Amino acid sequence: MPEHPSGIQGGAGDVVLMVGTTKGAFLLRTDPSRQGWVMDGPHFPGEEVFALSLDQRGGRTTLWAAPGNPFFGGSLRRSDDLGATWSAGEDLPIRFPEESGLSLKRIWQIQPGRTSEPDRIFLGVEPSCLFESHDDGNSWSPVEGFMNHPHRPRWEPGAGGLCLHTIVPHVSDPARMLVAFSTGGVYGTEDGGVTWSPRNRGVRAEFLPDKHPEFGQCVHKVVNHPDEPDRLYLQNHWGLYRSDDWAGSWRDIANGVPSDFGFGMAVHPGDPDTVYIVPLEADTFRCTPEAKLRVYRTRNGGDSWEPLTRGLPQKDAYETVLRDGLCTDTADPAGVYFGTRSGKLYASRDAGDSWSLVREGLPPVVCVEAAVLA
Amino acid sequence: MSVSVVLPDQLRGLVPDGSNVCLPGDPGTVREALETLRRHHLEVYHRIVTEQGEVRPHVNLFVGRENIRWHEGLETRLPEGAELVVLPAVSGG
Repeated sequence: MPEHPSGIQGGAGDVVLMVGTTKGAFLLRTDPSRQGWVMDGPHFPGEEVFALSLDQRGGRTTLWAAPGNPFFGGSLRRSDDLGATWSAGEDLPIRFPEESGLSLKRIWQIQPGRTSEPDRIFLGVEPSCLFESHDDGNSWSPVEGFMNHPHRPRWEPGAGGLCLHTIVPHVSDPARMLVAFSTGGVYGTEDGGVTWSPRNRGVRAEFLPDKHPEFGQCVHKVVNHPDEPDRLYLQNHWGLYRSDDWAGSWRDIANGVPSDFGFGMAVHPGDPDTVYIVPLEADTFRCTPEAKLRVYRTRNGGDSWEPLTRGLPQKDAYETVLRDGLCTDTADPAGVYFGTRSGKLYASRDAGDSWSLVREGLPPVVCVEAAVLA
Repeated sequence: MSVSVVLPDQLRGLVPDGSNVCLPGDPGTVREALETLRRHHLEVYHRIVTEQGEVRPHVNLFVGRENIRWHEGLETRLPEGAELVVLPAVSGG
C-alpha cells in the first residue's frame, strides 16, 4: 500500500486540483503562476472516488470526497485541513429510508449550495436521487419530492448506472434548481424541491424509438455561468444544446464539432459565452475522433467551435474524458483541466490556448475539480 | 467466547484499530450478529447490508468455511466463539 498521504499545504491564490480515479483520489497544488504542481495521494487507495469538492463558503475550507467500492457501496468523507485528515459527519452513512426500496450504490456529485446558504450542500447519487444537508454535512436526507417521483419506475440506467450526476442550483432563486441524470434527462423544481418536472424539450433520445420523449434522455452534463444563470449548455448522449430559458427549451449548437457525442463540459469562469467540451467519436467507440486529443471551445455561446490542440497529442491518441473529467478554475486567465481514462492529467493556464501534461500513469480518471484557495 | 467479525481490507479503515470486531452479547445467529454490529459500528453495517436489511449482492458472509447463502442465510447459527468472515466477491481490475 502507498504511504499515507499528508495533504496539501496551500495559501491564498494557490490553485488546487482534486482528481478522482477508480483507485483513489489525488490532490495537486500549485502557486498562482500555475507552472509546477505538487501531488499528494492516493487518498482512499483502492477505492473509487467519483466526486470531490472544495467548499469555501462562509470562511471554511472543507474538502469533500466520496470514496466507495462497487461491492460495499459509497460513502462521504470531509477534510478541514486539505487532506491531512479525513472524517465522517455525525450522521453518516448516507442512506435511503428502508421503505423506499432503494439502496445507495455510489455518490456521483457533491454540490455546495448557494453562497447565501453556506450550510446547505447537495449530493447526487445512484440510484438517481438528490440528498441535501442543511447543517454543513452533519446530517443528510433525500429530497422526498424527487425520491418519490412518479416517473421513477420508468427511469432506466445508462452504462454508468442510474446516476444523478449534475446539480445546478439557481444562483439567485432558492426555490429553483435543475438536476440531470442518466437516463431520465433534466428535471427542474420551482418550489424548493417539493415537485419536479422534466425539462427536455428539444433534446434527442437517439437510442429510443421516440426520439423526443418527455423524459428518458441520456444527458451527460449541464453547465451554466452565474452571470447568466438562465442560459444553460448541455452535453447529451448525442447532441450539444443550449437553453436560454432555464431549460424550458433546448436548441442544437453542434456547429462544427467532429462529433456531438461526449461527456465532459465546462464553462469559462469569466465569460458565459465560452464553453469547453471534449468530443468523442460515438457511443459505440468512446474515444477521441481521428485519434486526436482535442478540446473544443466556443466563444460565442455555441454558434461555432474551435479545436484546441497546442500541447495535446494529435496522433494515436485514443482517449476518453468522462462526464466530470473536465473543469475550469476561477483564476485569470482561466485554467482549464481534464483527466483521461488512461490516467493522464492535462492543464491549460491560458483559457485553453495551450496545454501541458501535468501527470500520467494515474489510475483511470473519473473526476477533476479545480479551485483557487481563498 | 464472543463472536468476532473478520473484515476485509476495504472495511478495516472504518473501525478504530483497523482490525476485526469482537461482538458483545453472544449473538446466536448471523442476523443477531449484524444487528449487534449495527449498534456498535453503523457505517460498517451499512457497507455490508442494504437499507432493506439484505446482505449486499456481491458481499459474501462465511461462518467458518461455510457461505451462509448455502445454509440458513441470516438465520444461520453461530457457534460459541465463531468467526463471521466478510468477503467481497472476487473480481478483476
